[in-house]
Amino acid sequence: MTEPHFLEVKHLAKRFGTDHGELTVFDDVSFGLDKGEFVCIIGHSGCGKSTILNVLAGLDSPSGGEVYMAGKEVRGPSLERGVVFQNYSLLPWRSALSNVEFGVRARFPGWSKSQVREHSLQYLHMVGLKDGAEHRKPAALSGGMRQRVSIARAFATQPQLLLLDEPFGALDALTRGTIQDELLKICTETHQTVFMITHDVDEAILLADRILLMTNGPFARVAESVKVSIERPRDRTTIVHDPGYYPIRTHLVDFLVSRSRELSERDDAVRDAGHSREARAQALAPVDVDPAAEARARAAGEAPPEALRTLHSTPAAAPLKAVNGR
Amino acid sequence: MLQSLNARALLVSLVLLVVTLGLWQLSHESPEVDTEMTEYERLMGGADQEARVPPPSQVIGLAVEELSNPFYDAGPNDKGIGIQLGYSIYRVLTGFGLAALLAIPLGFLIGMSPLMYKALNPFIQILKPISPLAWMPLALFIIKDSETSSIFVIFICSIWPMLINTAFGVAGVRKDWVNVARTHELTPMSTAFQVILPAAAPTILTGMRISIGIAWLVIVAAEMLVGGTGIGYYVWNEWNNLDLTSVIFSILMIGIVGMLLDMALASATRLVQYQE
Ligand SMILES: Nc1ncnc2c1ncn2[C@@H]1O[C@H](COP(=O)(O)OP(=O)(O)O)[C@@H](O)[C@H]1O
Ligand SMILES: [Mg+2]
Repeated sequence: MTEPHFLEVKHLAKRFGTDHGELTVFDDVSFGLDKGEFVCIIGHSGCGKSTILNVLAGLDSPSGGEVYMAGKEVRGPSLERGVVFQNYSLLPWRSALSNVEFGVRARFPGWSKSQVREHSLQYLHMVGLKDGAEHRKPAALSGGMRQRVSIARAFATQPQLLLLDEPFGALDALTRGTIQDELLKICTETHQTVFMITHDVDEAILLADRILLMTNGPFARVAESVKVSIERPRDRTTIVHDPGYYPIRTHLVDFLVSRSRELSERDDAVRDAGHSREARAQALAPVDVDPAAEARARAAGEAPPEALRTLHSTPAAAPLKAVNGR
Repeated sequence: MLQSLNARALLVSLVLLVVTLGLWQLSHESPEVDTEMTEYERLMGGADQEARVPPPSQVIGLAVEELSNPFYDAGPNDKGIGIQLGYSIYRVLTGFGLAALLAIPLGFLIGMSPLMYKALNPFIQILKPISPLAWMPLALFIIKDSETSSIFVIFICSIWPMLINTAFGVAGVRKDWVNVARTHELTPMSTAFQVILPAAAPTILTGMRISIGIAWLVIVAAEMLVGGTGIGYYVWNEWNNLDLTSVIFSILMIGIVGMLLDMALASATRLVQYQE
């Protein structure tokens, strides 16, 4: 019924054998990403976000399910998927510039030395590294500058998909703000497709087109796909005045505070109820939510949009009503 | 602060040196009190001046003489200290170099492959604690050449620290850096040379530094055993000549050369050192 997304994640599962038997981190995670989309994923610590990202990167293999990018199954790491880790992952014996050149040389093996250098410097300047800082080793750079180098390296290799694992988690609020602005600017310019893990609700709203919400593990899943219908270009200082901002924020916080746990409990019940496979899959499929549109509709005294009404009345999603109902 | 600390340390070193040498010299010049000869002294033909530990002034005198013409060669039993040290250094560097050629690639393999680690570990555990000199008879029998045999002994004793440190350094390379190589689709060769080698280099060089230290300890003993040339042979030969001044002088030279070898490896380590 729908054409395949640029990135298709289908029934992804990850199980670990532990001393206390098998741990199923998640066993049915499905979602899609379109080209040029910026998608954030939020969920409590330990629900499996990094595991999902590593599977997308090809660094980890799932216990079940598949990932397709541009129609091709993801089976290993590729330069088409750039990764930025929380701990920067710069090679400490190389300077900032040399770290970026490392990526550029791997991506464009035919380029001359000066081409590689020029391209690398361009991306370093784009993230604000200049005036000699590009020749310093990572140990001589601040956390914020290191993450900038890491981002420059990822963008300089021009991947089709950029994967970011809590890239700003270790930075102070001020630095985080400026790098968010830079990331926002670069993504707008390059139409980069991004999948990003964050635990910062405001960061997600500022950056994302869509926010995926994960239930608590074990047996975590992507429960909701929240549309961020706030006009671009966005600005950190003015975005909070957008009428859509607080409905979205409240929805996200609400999810993290109570629904993530309640949904996990409901999922357990659904799994134990012995539904047919289809009914179960439908019950556990992510639902699309648009809190900003919903709020607008409520303010206008209208009924909620069609999509939301069907969502809340499908039998399989009935238990959702009790949880989601307000 | 640091400057003055260094200066003060140097001062204390000099004071210690002067006091030690002074006491040594004075004890030598003080008149002999005891009349009782030890059994050893009797065996050595009496407690005459020749059999006593020579004073530092005499050692310094010899040092000046020897070092002013270190490379003279007047037959098998009379070669300059420079030539003898040269033989020893040549053997150490050859054995050490050959060991590095084997130990570093093998250490890489062991560090990268848990299978090879498990497979080779029993051999390493048994071979490592064997005193290198214990190989000497076997080496002499098989190789039939004392020169090559001492190089072989150096080779054997240099292998272990380099092998173990390389394997340890390679296995301990941070997963993140290996993932950087993987996400950039580096070939196994590029990964080894561009990521793993630089990451493990400080650990590998520390192993090399330990190896060369052990090699220098062992060469003296090996040359005492096989004779012919080298600083170990020289010490033993001078002992047979009862020339204790030369013995003390060569002991000092062994220490100085050992220190220089260690310093060379230490500065090489500093070159590849990185800060995380
Ligand atoms: N090698 C492993 N063995 C067992 N459990 C693991 C392993 N790696 C991760 N896990 C578990 O998987 C879960 C998900 O981890 P992770 O993806 O890092 O979570 P998140 O990034 O959402 O905080 C955690 O509960 C963690 O304990
Ligand atoms: Mg994580």
